[in-house]
Formats: sequence, C-alpha cells, structure tokens
Amino acid sequence: MNLNEVERAMLAGEFGRAAQAAIEHQVKVGDFFAAADFVPVTQAHLMADTESLGEAGVRWLESLCEQEPGARVRVPTITDPRGTDFAKASLLRQPTFALDLERRAIDAFRRLGVLLTDTCINYQTIQAPAHGEHVAFGDTGVVIYANSVCGARSNYEGGPSALAAGLTGRTPRYGYHLPAMRRATVRMRVECKPESLNDWGALGGVVGRLAGHYWAVPYLEGLDGVPGSDALKHFGAAMASFGSIALYHLDGITPEAGHADGARLPLSHTIGEAEVKALQGAYASEKDVDVVVFSAPQLSLYELRELAALCDGRRFSRPLLAVTSPQVKPDADRFGLTRKIEDAGGHVLSGMCFYQSYAREIAEANGWKRLATNSAKLVNILGGYGYVPLLASMERCVEAAEKGHL
Amino acid sequence: MIFIARHAVGDRVRGQALVAHDGFSARYDLDRIHGTFSRPAHKLAGQSYVGKILVLDAAKGGVATAWMLREMAARGRAPLGLVLNSVNPIMAQGAVFGGLTLLAGFDEDITARVPPGALVELDPASRKLEVL
Repeated sequence: MNLNEVERAMLAGEFGRAAQAAIEHQVKVGDFFAAADFVPVTQAHLMADTESLGEAGVRWLESLCEQEPGARVRVPTITDPRGTDFAKASLLRQPTFALDLERRAIDAFRRLGVLLTDTCINYQTIQAPAHGEHVAFGDTGVVIYANSVCGARSNYEGGPSALAAGLTGRTPRYGYHLPAMRRATVRMRVECKPESLNDWGALGGVVGRLAGHYWAVPYLEGLDGVPGSDALKHFGAAMASFGSIALYHLDGITPEAGHADGARLPLSHTIGEAEVKALQGAYASEKDVDVVVFSAPQLSLYELRELAALCDGRRFSRPLLAVTSPQVKPDADRFGLTRKIEDAGGHVLSGMCFYQSYAREIAEANGWKRLATNSAKLVNILGGYGYVPLLASMERCVEAAEKGHL
Repeated sequence: MIFIARHAVGDRVRGQALVAHDGFSARYDLDRIHGTFSRPAHKLAGQSYVGKILVLDAAKGGVATAWMLREMAARGRAPLGLVLNSVNPIMAQGAVFGGLTLLAGFDEDITARVPPGALVELDPASRKLEVL
C-alpha cells in the first residue's frame, strides 16, 4: 500500500502504540485485497459483543489500553449492541461470566473514547451517513443500509478493523470504497408485493441467497412504490445475512441505481411470491412456541408503536422479548409503548440484540428451543445455536405469545 | 495438484482437508464450544473442524467471525486453515487478527478439486494450495 507521511508516522509508532497496532492490522488487510492506499473515514461503528470477543478478545482490548493509557479514537466511534441489557440479565438468566466480560469490555471501550451507543440501527437513531461519505461500519445490516439506501461507502468492518479505523481515522481503500465495485453485477426482477416486515426480510433473504457472495451487487427491478426505512432495514439485513451482500440497487428508488448500469445486465432471476413463501415455509416446521423475539435489527420507535398496539389488552402465556436501542427506549417509555407491551407480559430490552447475547446459554437456562420471530435475519442465525426458528408476521408472533402456538 | 489463490495471508500449514460446497460463518455455522459444525442445514453438520483445513465455497453471515477466529484459537478450538472460493472482508480481517492461514479466490471451484480428507499444504507466501 502507498502510505502518506502521516500513515508512515503511525506505522513507525509516532502516534502511539494503539494507532501503530491498528495501522499494522489495516496494512495487512489492505495488502490482502491489494488496496492502493487508505481513505479517510468520518465515523466508525464497532461490533463487539463479548460472546464474539470471548476472554481472548477482551484481554486484547485491555492490553491495548494498558500499553498506552492515553490512547483515544480519532473519529467518532460507536458500538453495535452489547451482549446484555444489565437491567434484564436476570430475566434472561445470562451466566455471570458473560456479564463480567461485558463490564470489562465496556470499561476498555470507555478508556479508548468509544461512544457506547449499543445500536445496530444507528442510521435511524444516531447519524445516517451522507451520499458519498466514507465510513467504517460493522454489523452487516448497518453496512448494507448505509451503502444502498444512503449511498455511503463502507465495507464490512469487523470489530478489530472498525476499532482500527477509529484509532487511525482511515481504512484501506478496496471493495465498496471504489466506484467501479459499486456497479450492479446481477439483475433480478421482483414480481411480488411484500407487505409485512417479515415479507421484506424474506425477499431480502431470497435475493441474498441468489446473489450468493460479498462481491455481488444485486440490481432489482419491479418493486412497486418506495419502501419505508423499517422495510428496507429488514430487507437489507436479511440480504446481508443470507448472502453476505453489502450493496444493492433498487431501480428508481435507491440513490445510485441510475448509475449502476444494472439495466445492461441480462436478467438472471425472477422472484415471485412462490420464492418468498418458500423461504418463509422453511421456517415453519413447528406450531408450538417457547419464546417470541423481536430483534435483529433492533426495533425502531414505529415498530414498537405497532407492537404495543398489538399487545394492548392481551395476556401472554409465553415470554415475548422486544429489543430496541438505548436511543429509542426512553421514547418508548415516554409514549407508553413499553407499558403496553409489559402489561401484556412482554419485556422491552435495550442496547442488546438477541443473537449477540449468549443465545445458546440463555436457551439452555430457560428451556427455549422453538423461537418465533418476524426477523428473517434472526431465523437464519439461530439454527446454529440449537433453536428451531419460526418465521411469521408480527401479528402472528404476538398471537403465538398469547396462545402458545402459531 | 497445485492451485494458486488470488488472496492469501498467514503462515504455511499442512493438514487434513474438510471439504464441502457450502458457506462459512463462525457465528452462524459453528458450535465453538465443542468445535463442531452446528447449523443443521450445513453440509458438514456434526463434524469437528478443530485442527482441519476447511475448504468451503463462500464467506457468509455477519461480522462476528472477525473476533471469533482469535477467540477460538485461544481455546484450541480453531481450524488450522481456511480455503474459500469467495472471501469477504470479515474473513480476511479475522484471519489477520486471529493469526489464521487463509487462501481465497481460485480459477475453478476449489471445493470440487480438493478430495475430502486429503492431506493439503497451504503456503500463503506463494499463494499456493498443494494436495499432497
């Protein structure tokens, strides 16, 4: 990689040991992808739940702080959901070691100047990036939304790389930081009309599976009308989850679709209601339900408003967990949404995400196996954690929490 | 048989290949406590990956693998190496952070060319995978 004067100084340790370690890591990643140089970033978003870090990752963070006690991030660096909501940890029966690790990680991030926003919907709650803005975002759902809906430029930045970007203020220029890589590579036609968030997520999952890998950029025609932010949130999060996709274009809707050259491509796939229903049907193997979860991504205020209305007047026989961000939760409290959900027997959790919160351990502790959700992303993840995930609309999931079955 | 990758990082390693035309994500696919593939739909479900060289199709799923490969190595529950047809940034970042050997990007479907169970050597310096 070609390094400028500042970057060479960082590499030589003149900006401190933390920045040096960060740029050493970034140069190796940049060399792997043949990046020509670095690009400055305005903000970083850092995925760092301690189920992922483990003892080794937390110890590494602590050692970073100990080696250079004054080390701080150089650009605003915010966090993805943590591995718990401390106020609800006993409800989830999370193990003590997990909470101890979380506390240690939080302390290390604070020492590094990281802002613990604990959200995977920062584009709805903190600051959406502008068209053309180079950022270093973690959480695949955040990256695909920022690239596709906002027109920002980011690769998937895993936790160590996002933190490195925060510490150096830059990231290797490869992948979706390069205009040529943002052109469409596969053209698809949609011949169905998704309605619920579950439908949008399932459609995203179908597109992700068909596109199949990180470097594929789907170009979709045929969508009728402009989806809202929550629909695109579920759509993109599922596409990223099922296919490792980081950028898509919607003809006539997303900001770069007109420049993506998608119409020049041969039509590769047509997606109708049958394909969407087939994906949904693959997650309908059981009727009985042990737990209902709304998470992945965290719920917006509007989703909580809808959920609260559905909960009003019900009495749940199964746990219902609704997970949101620390930015949305106070508003949900102020507007009485939390109370409506919790009066029915549900729980509103904040600052975590279900699958990032020791999902295997809490399943064993609570006897949860059959999990109903409206999140296509969540059902794609949880099979590996031993759950039988069931995908249904928000309305049917709420009914299942009341009746015990779908 | 020798195959040349477009991308490579890590140390030279030699070991038994565990092969499938399926994706890879440490969070989605693995029981990292027991060191086995745990996603029921995965073609290697139930098999141990510890100490093996995984030869798979494409990097899938979320960003957690970037942390997890190091955590798995620290507990002696990591694969020896990873070979992919299609890599994403997370696998590369995770391999760099975790000290795992990674080769990716071939002119042919590598999962169809490496025999399951074969002894293979990965040499990142020359970007070479050799079936011994």
